[in-house]
Amino acid sequence: MSFLEYLIRNGGLVWARTVEHLVLVGVSSGIAVAVGLPLGILITRNAKLRGPVLGVANVLQTVPSLALFGFLIPLPFIGGIGARTAIVALILYALLPIIRNTYTGISGVDRAVRDAAQGMGMTDGQLLRLVELPLAAPVILAGVRVATVIGVGIATIAAAIGAGGLGVFIFSGVAMVDNAQILAGAVPAAVLALLADGGLHVVERRLDWTRR
Amino acid sequence: MDLSDTAVAFRSAEYRIDGRRIVGPLDLIVSRGETVVLLGRSGSGKTTTLRLINALVRPSAGDVVVGGISTASWDPVTLRRSIGYVIQEIGLLPHFTVAKNVGLVPKLMAWPAERIGKRVGELLALVGLPPAEFRDRYPHQLSGGQRQRVGLARALAGDPPLLLCDEPFGAVDPLTRSELQREFRGLVHRLEKTVVFVTHDVAEAESLADRIVLMDEGRCVFVGTPEAFTRSTNELVQGFRT
Repeated sequence: MSFLEYLIRNGGLVWARTVEHLVLVGVSSGIAVAVGLPLGILITRNAKLRGPVLGVANVLQTVPSLALFGFLIPLPFIGGIGARTAIVALILYALLPIIRNTYTGISGVDRAVRDAAQGMGMTDGQLLRLVELPLAAPVILAGVRVATVIGVGIATIAAAIGAGGLGVFIFSGVAMVDNAQILAGAVPAAVLALLADGGLHVVERRLDWTRR
Repeated sequence: MDLSDTAVAFRSAEYRIDGRRIVGPLDLIVSRGETVVLLGRSGSGKTTTLRLINALVRPSAGDVVVGGISTASWDPVTLRRSIGYVIQEIGLLPHFTVAKNVGLVPKLMAWPAERIGKRVGELLALVGLPPAEFRDRYPHQLSGGQRQRVGLARALAGDPPLLLCDEPFGAVDPLTRSELQREFRGLVHRLEKTVVFVTHDVAEAESLADRIVLMDEGRCVFVGTPEAFTRSTNELVQGFRT
C-alpha cells in the first residue's frame, strides 16, 4: 500500500492524530511561554539567578527525549502514561530557547535607550512594558518559534508513552516495517513544523519595529 | 521646588566604584535660570556628575540637592519626571513615533490624550519641526539634527524647570551643530530654564555657558564665566583650550 493510498483510506485517523499532535505542542508551548518569559525577565533583573536558571534549562535540553519521557513516568502527579506526561516533557524542552532568547533580547536593548527611558522617569515596570519587551519582541518570538518547531518533532516520540499524536503512525510503521504508515506520521509532522515556523515568522516580522 | 535661587547644589558629593573615586569631592551650586556647562575630556566624570542630579547614580558620600531636597529623599521617578533629560540622538525610543517620543513624559504623568496631543504640537513647532510633517515619523526616518530637535522637545514636554543635556549635539555635523546651539541658547533663555550641559567641545561650552565648569579626574578645576575661562592662566584650562 502506498503512502497516498494509506492517507486516503485512513484520512479521518490521520486528521485525529494531527489534532492530538497540535494539542500536545500548542499546550506545551503555551505553558512554556507562560513560565519561560517571566523567568527570562527575572534573570535580567537578578544576576545571581542567571547561572542556575540557564544551567538547569540547558541540562534539561541535553537529556535525550525518550529518556526524559521515561524519567517522568514514575513521578507522582506529573508522571504516568499519557498526554499529561508528554506535555510536561515538551514544556521542559521548550523552556531553554524561550528563557535564553528573552534574556538575550532584553539585555540587547541599547543602553542609551534604557538610560533615556529611565531618565524620563519610567518605573521599572514601565521600562519593561513600554521599552524592553517591545524592542526585544522579535528575539523573544524567535525563541518561541524555535521551541515550537523542536516541540513538533519531539512530540512524535511522545507516542512511546501513550500520548498519541502523529508518532503513533511512526512507531507502528517502524514495528511493521511499513513505510506508508511511517510517512503518514512523518509528512503531516513536517508540514506542521513548517506551518508553525512560517506562521510565527510572520508574527515575528510584524513585531519588528525596524521594519516600520 | 523651593523658592530659593539654588536649583542644584553638590555638597562634598563623591561617587566611587569599588573604592575608586570617579567624581568628587564636588562642591558646586547651579543657580536658577543659569546655564552651567560641564566641560572635560572623556573619563573626567562630567557625565557621572550629570547623572548624580537625576539620581541615575547615587552619591557614595556627600549630598546632591535638587530644588532644595536631597536626591536621597526624592522619589527617583518623580524627580526624573520633573527634570528634562537630553542625551545623544540614540536616546529616542526607536519603536515610538516622534509624537509618542515627545509625549512620553506627559503620558507617564497621565495627562489626558487630548492635552498631550496639543502639547506635542506646540513643542514640535517650538523646536522648528512642522508637526503635521513630523508627528508620525519614526526616529530612523529623521536626520541627525532633526532627532536632536525631537530629543529637546521631549525633554521640554513636562515643562521642567531644569534641563540636563549630555553632549546632545555631539553626533551632528558642525553646521547643524552651530545652528542647534544658537536655537538652544535662545530657547532656554526665553523659557527661563536652568540648564546643566555636558560637552567636551570648548567652542560649544563658550557659546552656551553662563558659567563653565572644567572637570578633570572627577574634580572641578575651574569654575567661571566664559570670559574668565579664556583669560585664565590655570594650567589645566590652558591645556584644554589648546
